[in-house]
Parts: sequence; structure tokens; C-alpha cells
Amino acid sequence: MPSRSPAPQSPPLLAIQAVGKDYTATVLDGVNVELFAGEVLALTGENGAGKSTLSKILCGLEQPTRGGMQLAGQAYAPTSRRDAERHGVRMVMQELGLVPTLTVAENLLMGRLPHRLGWLQRDVLHTAARAQLAKIGLTSIDPATPVSQLGIGQQQMVEIARNLQDDTRILVLDEPTAMLTPRETNYLFEQIAHLTAKGVAIIYVSHRLEELRRIADRVAVLRDGRLVDVRPMAGMSEDDLVQRMVGRVVSDLDHRPRRPIGPVVMSAENLGRGTAVQDVSLELRAGEIFGIAGLVGSGRTELVRLLFGADRADRGSVTLHSEFEQKQGLALGGQALAATQNIAPPSSTARTIARGFASPLQAIAAGVGLVTEDRKSQGLLLSQPIRINATLSDLSAVSRGGWLQRGLESRLVQGFIRTLRVRCHGPEQPVGQLSGGNQQKVVFARWLHREGRVLLLDEPTRGVDVGARAELYGELDRMAAEGRALLMVSSDLRELMAMADRIGVMSAGRLVAVFERGEWSEQSLLAAAFSEPGGRTSTTPSTSSPVTA
Amino acid sequence: MNAPTTSVAPAAAPSSASVWRSQLGTYLGLMAVLAGMVALFSSLSEYFWSAETFITIANEIPALAVMAVGMTFVLIIAGIDLSVGSVMALAAATSAAAILQWGWTVPAAAALALATGLVCGTITGAISVAWRLPSFIVSLGMLEAVRGSAYVVTDSRTQYVGDAISWLSAPFFGGISFAFLLAVVLVVVAQLVLSRTVFGRCVVGIGTNEEAMRLAGVDPRPIRVIVFAMTGLLAGLAGLMQSARLEAADPNAGTGMELQVIAAVVIGGTSLMGGRGSVINTAFGVLIIAVLEAGLAQVGASEPSKRIITGFVIVAAVIVDTLRQRRAAR
Repeated sequence: MPSRSPAPQSPPLLAIQAVGKDYTATVLDGVNVELFAGEVLALTGENGAGKSTLSKILCGLEQPTRGGMQLAGQAYAPTSRRDAERHGVRMVMQELGLVPTLTVAENLLMGRLPHRLGWLQRDVLHTAARAQLAKIGLTSIDPATPVSQLGIGQQQMVEIARNLQDDTRILVLDEPTAMLTPRETNYLFEQIAHLTAKGVAIIYVSHRLEELRRIADRVAVLRDGRLVDVRPMAGMSEDDLVQRMVGRVVSDLDHRPRRPIGPVVMSAENLGRGTAVQDVSLELRAGEIFGIAGLVGSGRTELVRLLFGADRADRGSVTLHSEFEQKQGLALGGQALAATQNIAPPSSTARTIARGFASPLQAIAAGVGLVTEDRKSQGLLLSQPIRINATLSDLSAVSRGGWLQRGLESRLVQGFIRTLRVRCHGPEQPVGQLSGGNQQKVVFARWLHREGRVLLLDEPTRGVDVGARAELYGELDRMAAEGRALLMVSSDLRELMAMADRIGVMSAGRLVAVFERGEWSEQSLLAAAFSEPGGRTSTTPSTSSPVTA
Repeated sequence: MNAPTTSVAPAAAPSSASVWRSQLGTYLGLMAVLAGMVALFSSLSEYFWSAETFITIANEIPALAVMAVGMTFVLIIAGIDLSVGSVMALAAATSAAAILQWGWTVPAAAALALATGLVCGTITGAISVAWRLPSFIVSLGMLEAVRGSAYVVTDSRTQYVGDAISWLSAPFFGGISFAFLLAVVLVVVAQLVLSRTVFGRCVVGIGTNEEAMRLAGVDPRPIRVIVFAMTGLLAGLAGLMQSARLEAADPNAGTGMELQVIAAVVIGGTSLMGGRGSVINTAFGVLIIAVLEAGLAQVGASEPSKRIITGFVIVAAVIVDTLRQRRAAR
């Protein structure tokens, strides 16, 4: 696909001229880009580089402080998202803009609902919605379903479908595949190809370099609010791109340190809840990263919630083995290997809890932490400062007799900001103002200062840029090296294969396979993820039992 | 854990200073409004600017103030309590009945009043938590049920307790009552609890994002119940203050007062959506309402026009605060 190139001689569809934006600080400065009809321009850069701001300016959500834009030779200065849409400029945002209580069809046709004398015409509505969904291969979704009943990946697809309208001239996609399965991603890319063939210009904001290679014609790299480079995608190596983005060489996924694996610290036996999670048994070991792969909707998130007690299982149990971590005092840095070596042999202290933890409180008391999939609605207090967010799960560490020790808390949080390299104005900045990667670091910080035995991570790098991602990986490695067991759900197979010691694959609520490092390949993982466990019990037990080392 | 903290200590200073500045900024805004109103009424009425006026105001507000303290917590936790006016009346009624009919000692009757408030608040909180009902509905029910109970206890007649507990509101120090001092102390303590304790942190967190708090290991349920229980307790105290001042327990006392309490809290900038608020600012809200009321009375405004003006002032105050918040968020 990259071979397809736009006619460079034709006048640009959109010209961005010396655009700059200041809030309290300058976030965008002197950006000049031209966009041609029928091309896919990738927009990439680290979190906080200005990608989102630039996208928002294009779509009328923000107005530039300096500079201007021309659309097909006419001055273009949208004052609102509606105004931009009237000009045929649409955006699929990272934050979903769907109304959860309305149906898929109503969301898709919001603003132009078919009606007669004000009465909604349901059949017309559903037919139109079905047609729109079919465009991106979403034939399995009933348009009458309330959006709140869809998984987050499906919601993202609906959001994309909503913006695939006939009058679109420029479509901005902001991290559209963050929550999509490979199959959904393929549908999306097909649709992008259809659009560009019709002359629509696409601005594709993404961190996923392998995707950019698949669909982008040209790539524009932003760093610290400035345009570093715009050039054809063909011939760009991944290293080239990353280096331009961060302005330095980052350690990538390869050559992760391997750690000594300790004894089992927590296990689940035949855990289940409704049909979402069925008969899942697994063991998490000290110093191990256990990856969970699977399609969106395969029960990954639900499993993690059961393990944490956020939902109560209705079958099975969770067992905590040996109480080693209490004697150990896991510190922020250092003592890496020592941790795994003074682990007492699995003792008789194993404690089995029927139906898993009763509440997150109980899980946390037992040293289990959770980094949620949806950090905005479940992880963070967006309007509150970093300081408050970072210490939330262990207020006893920053208080004495119920009274908060402000100085202690501030110093602790300053320490996190430095060790995790959170880009912010200081501990008092509201978390909602940070970029996705920095928000995720704040969630991490919360579990860093607790002595924990297990950390459950659900899509920890979703919406996090390359540079920050490398830092998060380093942090995960370090936590594992300290002797914690990490369970990491991810849709990014490359990430899982690089980070994990074992990978379990979920499909239709069951753990259908567990691979040891070295046993897996992208094909085998995908095959397992797409396998249908079916109703027969004989297909599951053989693979779902934890592999013995 | 100590290693990374050593060299960053100096960096913490400017941020906490800016916190203080913004904190002070919110106080200054309300102080300016208050000062403006005092200046306005002083220019309109020659009698307004006198110690007498201020002492009168000081001795009228304690009941409103202590209820507003509780309500601040309720609103921050994203709840609402419509029953405080009724609870105040019932608490006054039970203590009056205890003294007049059952021959209880004054301290025992006072304790009964506080206990009454505590029980009412706990019921509101526990029901809304147990069945996950909006506190609006539960406290609306309580407003009716508790008011009815107050009629039962007083036999629908005002009970004259005389000066048995009037020491609570009697002039005590330069004309200021003990009740006023108690209210001031409560405001300060409540502000410290809100901003400096783990409990206060949890209240703010639950009001901001309850699910995030739950997943961070904080059980929101007991905290919710405690917030409503404390609000009930404070309404009980308000009942005592009221019957001390009036030397009577009127079953109709505090009718509609819940709205006045909510208005004071909201004028103080506490968000009805939860997660944001300050007890000190609530105290300013109380003062603004009290000064407005006293000032309008002094300039001879009629009861209807007083209410019209008060209505506009409440909305205007919230508009100003909202604009200020939005500007601060940029």
C-alpha cells in the first residue's frame, strides 16, 4: 500500500501554515504541513508532542493561537467541531464520544435521526445504521443494542463507523486501533483504502509503527510541539522514526532482561463468572510476567477483575501461596535479585479463598494491585492533582493516625515523578491535564510504593507513546525483578511476546492455551485467540491447565 | 523509598506555595463579595454598620452554619441531604419532650437531641448505600417522615422549654454566644478533616470517581454512611442551638431550611457534582446569606422582595464561581 503515492503536483487539499497554540505553555509552534487528497498522512510523536492539539485544531475543537489553515485554497478556521464537519473534516477521537444509554443506531445517526413529524422512524434508522456498520464489517452488532452493552473495542468501531460519512474530505483518526483486534484493524484499513481511493485525505495519528508502515504514504513527526520531519513512509525504518520522535535512541522491546522465576504466589482454580469467564485456572509466580492475549470481548478484562475482587466470581477459587513478601520490604529500586532469592520455599501458609477476593480492598490487603484498562473512568480522579492520585491506594503510607502528612506525601510524589519521568508542572497539576502515557505513569506510581506480591495490568500501554512505553516496560521489568508476579493483558502481541515469560490465550471466556517462552509464535497465539472453545468440555482441559515447567 | 526524595525537596516549595495562593484566591473572591455587601448595606442604611447588627447576625447563624458544614461533606461526596431541616426540628422536639414530659436532666436531653440527629442521618445514609438509591430520594422521604415524627413528639404544638438550655445561645463574650464560637470551631475542624485527613481524602475521591476509589481499595460505603450520620448529628446540634435561642421547640422549625443550607454551601463554591468543596468557603456562603437577609431587613425590604433578591444573589454567586473555576482550569 505505501507504493500508492499522491500526485505531488496537484495543489494540497489542506495547508497548515505556521500553526501554533499556547495554553499556559506553548504546546504547538510553527507547524507547516500540506495534506493531499487521497493520501494517508501519519502523524506521530511522543505523548505531549502536540499530536492531539494539532488534530483538535483541524477539527475545530481548539483554535490556533498563531498561523492559519487553508482548505482547498480557501481560508479554513473552524470555530467548532460542527463547523469543521460542515467543511467535511471529521475526527475519530481517542476518547469515545458515544452516548452510552442510546443505541448503536441512534449514536451512528445522531444529529440526523430519521423522523416524521418528530417521531423517530426506527426501521429507517436501523437500516441506515446497519449499512453504516457493514462498511467496516461490523455485521455482528445489532443496531438496537445500547452502546453501554458493547465492549470498549466494539465501541471504538462504532465511533469510527459514525465518522465514515459520504461528505468527508478529511478524516482524522486518533489512535483508532488502540483497542481493536487484528481482524477489526484489517476492516478499518480496507475502509481507509476505499476512502483514499475516493479522494479523501486521512490523517492517521498513531504510535504503532508497524501499522504506519502498512497504511501511511507519508509521515509527519512532532516533537515538543514542533514538526521535526515530514517524509515519505517508504524507506523509513522503525529506528529512524523512533529516533526522530524522541530525539534519542531508546531501548526497544528486544533484549529484555530475563529474570529468575520464583515459586507460585497466587493461583486461580476453575474461576468463573457467568459466561464471561469460565473455568480459568492459572498460576502466577514470583518474578514472572504472565501475558494474557485474546480478542477484545474474550473475557480478559473480566478475568482480571475477578482476580482482583472487583467482581465476585461465582465459581472456583483463588489461592495465595506463602507470605514471603511481608518480610521483604520491597523498595523502589535496588535489591533486584536478592528479592527472589530469600523467598522461603512454598510453605503451608497457602490460603484458598472460595470465589476469589470479596472486594478490591481484600485483594490490596493481600498484596494484589490492578492497573485498569480504562484509566479515565476507573483508574484516576481526573480533576484531582497528581499527588492525590499517586497515593490513593496506600494512604496509610502518607498519613499518621488518620492525618495526612502533606510534606511526606509531596516528597514521595516528587520522587515518583522523577523516577517515572512524568511530564508535568508538578505534583499539584490535575491528572486530567496530562497526556495518556503520563497518566498511566501516575497509576503505576500508586502501586510502586506498596509492597505487593501481584500486579494485574490490563492494557497498560494503551494510548502510551513509544518513548513512554519503553519507560513503562522498564518499570514492569523492575517490578518483576523485585519478585512480584505480573499479569499483563495486552492486545499488542509483539509487546506480549517481548515482555512475557508465559502467555495465556483467552477465547470466549476460557483460557484456551498457555505457552511457555520459546513455544509461541504470532501465528500460534492468533490461532488460539480465534479458536472456538465450543460447548464440549473435552477441548479445554488439556490446554488450559498451567504448563508445568 | 527514601532515595528518590532527597534532592527534590526544594522543588516542592513553589508548588505548595501556588496551592496556597489559589486557595487564598478562592477565599478572597468570597470575602470581596461579603465586603461589597456590607459596604452596600452600610451606605443604604445608617444603622447597618454597627456592632449590634454584627452580633445579631453572629447569633443567628450558628444553626445554619453547623448544618452547612455537614452539607458540604454531603455535596462533596456527590450526595444531597434534604432532611436536615426536619431533623433539626425533631432533635429540638425530642429534647424538649425529654425535659418537659419525661423530666430528664438538660445534659441528657441534649445528648438525646444529638443522638436523634445521628440516628436520622445514619438511616438516610444506610438506606441509600444498602439499596444504592440516590440520596436525593432517600432524604426526601426522610424530610417527610422526620417532620411527621416532630409533630408526633410535640403533639403538633410548640413546646416552651424556657431558659433550661438558653446558655448555649446567651451572650457570653462581648455579646457573642457560645453557639457561635462552637460553630466557628466546627468550621475550622471540619476544614482540617476535609483537607488533612485520610477520611477527607476519601470523601473527595469518592465524590470525584467512586469506581476508581473502589479499585484503589477504599470501600465507599462506610464513608458515605459516616458523612450522612455526621450531617444528621450536626442537624441535631442545630436543633439544640435553635431551641436554646428561641427557648422553644417548634415542630415547624426549619421548614425549607435545607434549601437555605444547600444555597450557602453552593455559594461557597462546592460542586453539586461532587469532588470539590471547602468548609471555609461554606462559612463565607453562610455569612453572605445572613448579611443579605439582615441587610435587606434593615433597608426595609418586604418579605417577597427579600426572597426575590436572595434568589438572584444565589444564582449570581454560583455563576461568578463557575466562571472563576473555568478560568482556573485553563
